[in-house]
Amino acid sequence: MKILVAIKQVPDTATQVKVGGDGKSIDTAGITWIVSPYDEYAVEEALRIKEKRGQGEVVAISLGPDRVREALRSCLAMGCDRAIHLNDAAWSAVDTLATARALAAVVTQEAPQLVLCGRQAIDDDMGAVTAQLAELLGWPCAYWIMEEAVDADGKTVRAARQVEGGLEVFDLPLPAVLAAQKGLNEPRYPTLKGIMGAKKKEIKDVKAADLGLGAEPAQLAVLGLEALPPRPPGRIIEGDVPSAVKELVRALREDAKAI
Amino acid sequence: MATISLSLTEEQRALRAGVVEICKRYPGEYWRDLDARREYPDKFVTELTQAGYLAALIPQDYGGAGLGIRDGGLILETINASGGNAAACHAQMYIMGTVLRHGSEAQKRQYLPKIATGELRLQAFGVTEPNSGSDTTKLQTTAVRRGDRYVVNGQKMFISRVLQSDLMLLLARTTPVDQVKRKTDGLSVFLIDIRHLEGLEVRPLRMMMNHSTNALFFDNMEIPAESLVGEEGRGFAYILDGMNAERILVASDSLGDARWFIEKAVAYSNQRVIFGRPIGANQGVQFAIAKAHIAIEAAQLMRDKAAALFDAGQPCGGEANMAKYLGAEAAWDAGNACIDCHGGYGYAEEYDVERKFRECRLYKTAPINNNLVLAYVGEHVLGLPRSY
Ligand SMILES: Cc1cc2nc3c(=O)[nH]c(=O)nc-3n(C[C@H](O)[C@H](O)[C@H](O)COP(=O)(O)OP(=O)(O)OC[C@H]3O[C@@H](n4cnc5c(N)ncnc54)[C@H](O)[C@@H]3O)c2cc1C
Repeated sequence: MKILVAIKQVPDTATQVKVGGDGKSIDTAGITWIVSPYDEYAVEEALRIKEKRGQGEVVAISLGPDRVREALRSCLAMGCDRAIHLNDAAWSAVDTLATARALAAVVTQEAPQLVLCGRQAIDDDMGAVTAQLAELLGWPCAYWIMEEAVDADGKTVRAARQVEGGLEVFDLPLPAVLAAQKGLNEPRYPTLKGIMGAKKKEIKDVKAADLGLGAEPAQLAVLGLEALPPRPPGRIIEGDVPSAVKELVRALREDAKAI
Repeated sequence: MATISLSLTEEQRALRAGVVEICKRYPGEYWRDLDARREYPDKFVTELTQAGYLAALIPQDYGGAGLGIRDGGLILETINASGGNAAACHAQMYIMGTVLRHGSEAQKRQYLPKIATGELRLQAFGVTEPNSGSDTTKLQTTAVRRGDRYVVNGQKMFISRVLQSDLMLLLARTTPVDQVKRKTDGLSVFLIDIRHLEGLEVRPLRMMMNHSTNALFFDNMEIPAESLVGEEGRGFAYILDGMNAERILVASDSLGDARWFIEKAVAYSNQRVIFGRPIGANQGVQFAIAKAHIAIEAAQLMRDKAAALFDAGQPCGGEANMAKYLGAEAAWDAGNACIDCHGGYGYAEEYDVERKFRECRLYKTAPINNNLVLAYVGEHVLGLPRSY
């Protein structure tokens, strides 16, 4: 069974994000880049499916600039068999739909039985690409997956998605697209052998023209980014307890409108 | 030609990320709890071994990764910079070097692949003795050949991880000092299996930090003659040429500690507000941290130089010793800056600062005292009279 995992490279969760000079993007100087954590669940699940079935191929795919190779390399170190890097100036200002279109073109070429993604990338939190990709392919799709089981014949997948207070269980015919939620599994970290072995695995560079795609004007444009205003300082209410409580209740009701 | 690279390769960044990923599973509480009980971080070391990181320096022919000392250093440094204590396993990286360079093919085939998988641990190294200390050639433990065995008698002091190791490298005298030309002659190295070994008594010592260190007593301890590494009587030279690797790796431990201290010190000094402003706004606080940071950067350059020379197969005794010295001093300065800026909280166990403070102090003393590094540099680098 062939599985494609779409991953995105994002700033490390510990990054203190700063708005860049153009006011529309973040300042990337000094950022450590990682594979988006939800995508790691997707990679792990794909590897587990392959291991459980005793055969198959897991292909990691990502769209982005040169630096994205490193994220793909770390997927290879985890155990993916090969990687595809969509790297072209034509994609320098893509929105989610154009990203999904590029991914869909690769999926059509590769013809996997299953595509796994993270439920959203932790940088812009759009969470849209997976659904758009499924829509473009005309494949069924389920988000926030906490459990999955591909049947023995590789014809359907039973997926359980997280909903308020429980799990919602679906059977989806394959091929399908699933988006991983935290808790689906515990992603493995690369072993030293995995890291060394990843050097020898293929990362194929793919241009827009290779997929028969041209530059597509983004339908979504970022007009501006604003840093959150600094949190206003807390207020300490002085005085003896009965009057302080009275003042606290008044402030919660009238100033904060919290009660 | 040896060259220092100023940035990590993609593979080295992956290596570091892999170690960070493991370390995340072993947070401060894990180390604190073991520290209080003086127990060995078995789970952490097992996981690190299974992921292959401790076999980084073992050649690929023997089941390891065949990486360079800079990569080995990066692994240890990352553990300490993540708040852990690489001392629990660093020796696994360097002790095998002696076997690799001087052991017989049979010894290498027998042990190295199993060390690489973690089936066997070789992380005990018995040199120091109560009556000789830094003056290694005066050690009094003897190994006397009797048929197909050697019989060992004597004592060792401060020998770490003996109870967490299957094998031990032992330095003992095989020819009495009055029968050799030079006092460095007549010492031999043995690679011995210490599991259920009769005549070996291990007495754990409670140290300032969690270090699994012991006093050893050998009472007619019999070991097979095949335990001898290389030629009889040439052990001192074998030990010496393993020292450079050890110094570079220990310098890396220190650099990791130092980075951890600086990160904590900066975060705390930015956030702690006293007299109406962050304490880091005071030069008295800020300058100590800045100074320590400068010392770390310099120490790292020296470590990288030593590692580059080592990996290129060039002499690096001076650089390896200086790196160990600079690293240990930088970590200690950073530790002081960190504990100082934390005020009383620096002494509270839950901040981990006091634990790391105790842990980093060791490298000024062991595996060689910084005084003796100065003595080495004076004599061997500068050509001054021997002072010891
Ligand atoms: C936690 C811990 C773990 C250890 N693990 C191991 C281990 O696994 N295996 C092992 O073999 N050893 C180990 N050691 C021992 C360590 O290597 C020794 O403590 C060290 O080499 C110094 O020996 P000593 O303690 O006998 O000090 P001494 O040699 O007695 O020296 C005491 C002091 O005098 C100074 N001094 C001595 N001579 C001179 C001189 N000529 N010039 C200037 N100063 C001098 C020293 O620098 C030192 O400050 C460990 C030690 C510790 C604390």
